[in-house]
Amino acid sequence: MKRKLNGSEILWETLQNLGVDVVFGYPGGQNLPIFDAMSKYPAIHQVLVRHEQGAAHAADGYARVSGRVGVALATSGPGATNLVTGIANAMMDSIPTVFITGQVPSHLIGYDAFQESDVTGITLPITKHNYLVTDVNELSEVVREAFYIAATGRPGPVLIDIAKNAQIASIDWEYDDSPIQLPGYRPDMRPVEKDIEHAVELIKHAKRPLILAGHGVLISGAMDELKYFAETTHTPVAMTLLGLGCMPASHPLNLGMMGMHGEAWVNHAIQECDLLLAMGMRFDDRVTGDLKTYAQNAKKIHFEVDPSEINKNVKVDLALIGDLRESLEQLNPHVPSLEHGEWLKFINGIHHESSQRDIQNAPDDGLLRAPHVINDLWRHTNGDAIIVTDVGQHQMWTAQYYKTDHPNSFITSGGLGTMGFGLPAAMGAKFASPDREVWLVVGDGGFQMTSMELQTIFQEGLKINIAIINNGYLGMVRQWQEFFYESRYNNTPITSPDFVKLADAHGLVGQLVTQRKDIESAIEWARQQPGTALLEFRVVGEDAVYPMVPAGASLHQMIRRPVHAGTK
Amino acid sequence: MQHVIVVLVEDKPGVANRISSIFRRRGFNISSLTVSPTEQPGTSRFTIVMESDKRDAYRLKSYLYKLINVLRVDDLTEKPNVNRDMALVKVAANNTNRTEIMQMVEVYRARVVDVANEALVVEITGTTDKIDSFIEVLRPYGIIEMAASGTVALTRGPASVYSIDRAS
Repeated sequence: MKRKLNGSEILWETLQNLGVDVVFGYPGGQNLPIFDAMSKYPAIHQVLVRHEQGAAHAADGYARVSGRVGVALATSGPGATNLVTGIANAMMDSIPTVFITGQVPSHLIGYDAFQESDVTGITLPITKHNYLVTDVNELSEVVREAFYIAATGRPGPVLIDIAKNAQIASIDWEYDDSPIQLPGYRPDMRPVEKDIEHAVELIKHAKRPLILAGHGVLISGAMDELKYFAETTHTPVAMTLLGLGCMPASHPLNLGMMGMHGEAWVNHAIQECDLLLAMGMRFDDRVTGDLKTYAQNAKKIHFEVDPSEINKNVKVDLALIGDLRESLEQLNPHVPSLEHGEWLKFINGIHHESSQRDIQNAPDDGLLRAPHVINDLWRHTNGDAIIVTDVGQHQMWTAQYYKTDHPNSFITSGGLGTMGFGLPAAMGAKFASPDREVWLVVGDGGFQMTSMELQTIFQEGLKINIAIINNGYLGMVRQWQEFFYESRYNNTPITSPDFVKLADAHGLVGQLVTQRKDIESAIEWARQQPGTALLEFRVVGEDAVYPMVPAGASLHQMIRRPVHAGTK
Repeated sequence: MQHVIVVLVEDKPGVANRISSIFRRRGFNISSLTVSPTEQPGTSRFTIVMESDKRDAYRLKSYLYKLINVLRVDDLTEKPNVNRDMALVKVAANNTNRTEIMQMVEVYRARVVDVANEALVVEITGTTDKIDSFIEVLRPYGIIEMAASGTVALTRGPASVYSIDRAS
């Protein structure tokens, strides 16, 4: 039955119908009508962040853990521009998100009104699609389309800019749940039969096959299909940073992470294989190194939902375009049982330089090292926590040492590499999964970029555990300065506030940890606190992440950990 | 080589911006871009001429398909097609050379559309090559000003952009 509702009410009604339960936002002049209508819809929890970038990352973190569309809401002008980093982050990592911004009234658009900015123009290259709504009659349909576009095909951010007059105007309205009509949008492509047959032939003839599993496995929910394929064909699996968790780390066929800071034997395996099965990954330069020398002897099959990724970086022999889970469902029945004993033996033979061994061999001089901290965190939480990271050295160490067995539980900013992502994304993760333990591992630099969200955490009464890896440097940049700029540490030494006092000032609790023997008891203390607890780990300043493929070098040309590096 | 790419789009606000943004963002060079209405209301047709290799032409096509408002993309380059540009050329003319210029106009099957004491405006339609050659012929007389459209193109025969299978 139709009711008379204004645009703001129509927005909330539509969000409610789409199953939205939380919105991260910040009010302002041009979205006031939306906030005014909010109280009529208590089923949707509205989180007041401290900066719109936090809202964007929180929506992103929420989407990564829940698999549902994350929603952020901001006002026009500065509110909208503050979202931009978060939108670009969601775009690079294909995260289903919808960003709603207020816009000045239609009659002022284009006249440089107060807090006006061309938000659809600004976000055009960093959204999957965007809309400007000036007519209340179009609003609900646009919101439905936005959710559909954000969540289907290769997911991504969609922005809806709503002019204030469209928020205020009233019409007789009822929710329309008829199928979305988008004649130009085809998220439903599938591989053709003859390509599946071609794939089966390549798979049968391969002696040294290797799967490169990426974020697409998690996005399409193809974890079981991947496992079936790998186990049936005895094909080892290497993972991208964003693919971590798509196959249990403890699975014998799972080699671990590839790329710039991947395990040495994983990168060697890529260079030695004769068939690469790239599943839901896009051959980013951080995983391929020099393209000219990349997996030269391998035939390559690319399972990919986005046709524009085919042959973009790496030329492939066969492309299977479509949703990965559906493609594997199509392929798996045709795949024979295969053994690759020699190949697996070869890989096991080059296994000896693992990062795990690396830290076990590090001298136990009582000083704190980040890998120790993260390894202990992994052990102490049984690897069961949702781990959120920021960007930098701690992120790579977490990828190396927090070996998760669970999908959608390793939350990190991959493509854009956004410092400041961690804390707000951890909030979003907690909203998505309130019953699971959430740990944020974050550097001293990145934490200071968005630490104001501690107050949002306090206001919301969230329980998160925070491990700050404080080495007094912008560590990853310092590492590059050490390796490639003759250790000229320009502007990488960074001071920090007293993080324990900062936690206290925000109404939270914290502890400083400086000794290796205290790591586990501090972790346990943090877990026992009813509210958010912050642990500051003062680690040695000049440790580096190993192994490392320098940017542009061949994948097998890795810088290894010096034998006594730990004694620095 | 020169690729002629036809893009059929929903006539939505900002769609021209979305398309041109791909060229800027991905570093492609447009030789010409023409937008026109089509026989179907609500649908516009972009004809894009781009200097590129095959790989970049494929990349462009796949990026265009990522746009929600793009309905069909067709690379006409290797298909039999008819393509035309149109140009208006204002050329300096006087009593001594006017007849000579008009003879050139005749040879190129162009048309004089405006005559004044000191100038002629000539309209010419044809392939880009033909127009370029015509302009070279007129240049010695003194071209005061010219305006040219980009290329528009259709495939030969009954097949059309609507019969494109976008999955390919």
